[in-house]
Amino acid sequence: MKFQKSIKRLADGKYLFMLVIPAVICLLLFSYLPMWGVLIAFKEYSPFKGFADSPWVGLKHFINFFNDPFSYKYIRNTLLLSVYSLAWGFPAPIIFALMLNEVSNVRYKKLVQTVSYMPHFYSTVVVVGLFTMFLSPTSGEVGKLMAMMGFEKIYFLADARYFRSIYIASEIWQSLGWGAIIYLAALTNIDPQLYEAAVIDGAGRFKRMLYITLPCLMPTIIVLLLLRLGQVMNVGFERAFLFQTPSNYETSQIIQTYVYERGIRSNNFSYATAVGLFNSVINLVLLLLANTLSKKFNQASLW
Amino acid sequence: MIKENRLDFWWFLRNFILIFIIAIMLYPFIHMLAVSFSDTIYVLRNEVGIYPKGFTLDIYKLVLGDKRIFTAYKNTIIYVVLGTVIALLVTTSAAYALSKKRCPFGKIINIMILITMFFSGGMIPSFLAINWLKLYDTIWAIVLPGALSAWNLIVMRSFFAEYPEEIEESGRIDGLNDLGILWYLVLPTSTAVIATIGLFYGVAIWNSYFTPLLYLSQDSKYPLQIILQQVVMKSISANQDVITSSGGKVIPEDSIKFATIIVSIVPIILVYPFLQKYFVKGVMIGSIKG
Repeated sequence: MKFQKSIKRLADGKYLFMLVIPAVICLLLFSYLPMWGVLIAFKEYSPFKGFADSPWVGLKHFINFFNDPFSYKYIRNTLLLSVYSLAWGFPAPIIFALMLNEVSNVRYKKLVQTVSYMPHFYSTVVVVGLFTMFLSPTSGEVGKLMAMMGFEKIYFLADARYFRSIYIASEIWQSLGWGAIIYLAALTNIDPQLYEAAVIDGAGRFKRMLYITLPCLMPTIIVLLLLRLGQVMNVGFERAFLFQTPSNYETSQIIQTYVYERGIRSNNFSYATAVGLFNSVINLVLLLLANTLSKKFNQASLW
Repeated sequence: MIKENRLDFWWFLRNFILIFIIAIMLYPFIHMLAVSFSDTIYVLRNEVGIYPKGFTLDIYKLVLGDKRIFTAYKNTIIYVVLGTVIALLVTTSAAYALSKKRCPFGKIINIMILITMFFSGGMIPSFLAINWLKLYDTIWAIVLPGALSAWNLIVMRSFFAEYPEEIEESGRIDGLNDLGILWYLVLPTSTAVIATIGLFYGVAIWNSYFTPLLYLSQDSKYPLQIILQQVVMKSISANQDVITSSGGKVIPEDSIKFATIIVSIVPIILVYPFLQKYFVKGVMIGSIKG
């Protein structure tokens, strides 16, 4: 009976099934084949022997990674970059949205928004290129400005101390306006009557922000914050990779750039896969944790 | 809204900050335009600010005449057009099918898609998979792996899920099957969402740098972003800020770099009004449904 039912279901939906086949093929080839390929992290993969004939080595690559003192530096770099980027980059769009929300002139507001979205559509190469050029101590605009004000020449990109600041500045520059969209939408949903009532009760601007605006924004803020926390190990690889120069390795070498270096540049496929797997497993755990927390706070899951 | 006492300290601070934000978002773009259209002598003397001095098109002639940049531009356009078409075909049809409860294996496929949002094989296994599939160094390595983005699919699926059933029902009465309903009824009335998702895919391919770097090896196949990176980040000449063109004229490196950047973002700027309108909508749908 059950069998007949599923046959009928299949016959009934055969055209729908046809429509979904290309997507399934894409999924299998480009998402699930690599997921299966992750197994080479536990093998000594050699391109000549192929996947099946490469010998199993268990946790050897993971042990090597943890025995290498440099690994801790890369993990630390990844975490620091991520935490700083969260600490500066997360509040920025909220503050921006709050300021924009106070603007009553519609055209002015629209102008600021339109302009602030623009960098979101530039490629990472363009943004990194712009920062590199504008920060150049000899020919860049920022360099010239600093020279004018009597500062010493600073080689921002060649100096490991500045890598994180530049990375985060470029990230905020690119995503400030875009990140504010969600908050602006949440702000327009606040009932104006709340503010009117507060004014009658004698609440000033700060009291209104503290007792009405922020509590109304809180659910959005918490969901987005948890989502970000779940991505802590997932730093914008392309940006770090492009800002990386031999002279700022000290701070710019993060796990993912290390994976690229060991895997693609030195063909150390198995070892690099193991390092990458370590990174994505931590990420997955953090994300699941974030979702559990989000459910507790909001009775709403991220997905 | 409530009337404020306008001329207080916070009003000044807020507007100062907002105008500062506009300035730092816009200035680089305007300065790049100004430099790239200026006569080289003013650029070398550092005299160009926000408007060109000694207007000239020489730099652009040089940049657009560069064979490498021209090839890369052509490659990018091919990748974007082909990639977007393929991605839209795959995503739209799958999103429509998966929005129906009747779809066989729909539940499993939805879960499979969801999993890809949280876990992926990573850089090296993907690279090896592309090699194993014999796609390395071919156009297909650029246009196929990104053809199904879980995020875009979910946005589209939630759009189709709210599609009025009466229209589909009327099609069925007229004897159309699912394919016919999708093609004749649903697609013509869903152009807005298709355009949105198409722009998502198109911009992503236009801006992608690492995928082609990883999957391509020949200069002749490189898209614009890779050539752009080579022009902008690596000094063309080792120790000087200037290069000398064939005519013996000195050309500042900055002019070349800025002009190349401008050339690469002009198409994005041209579709920007559409981008802004549709993307904001897309972000909203995604955030509510996601």
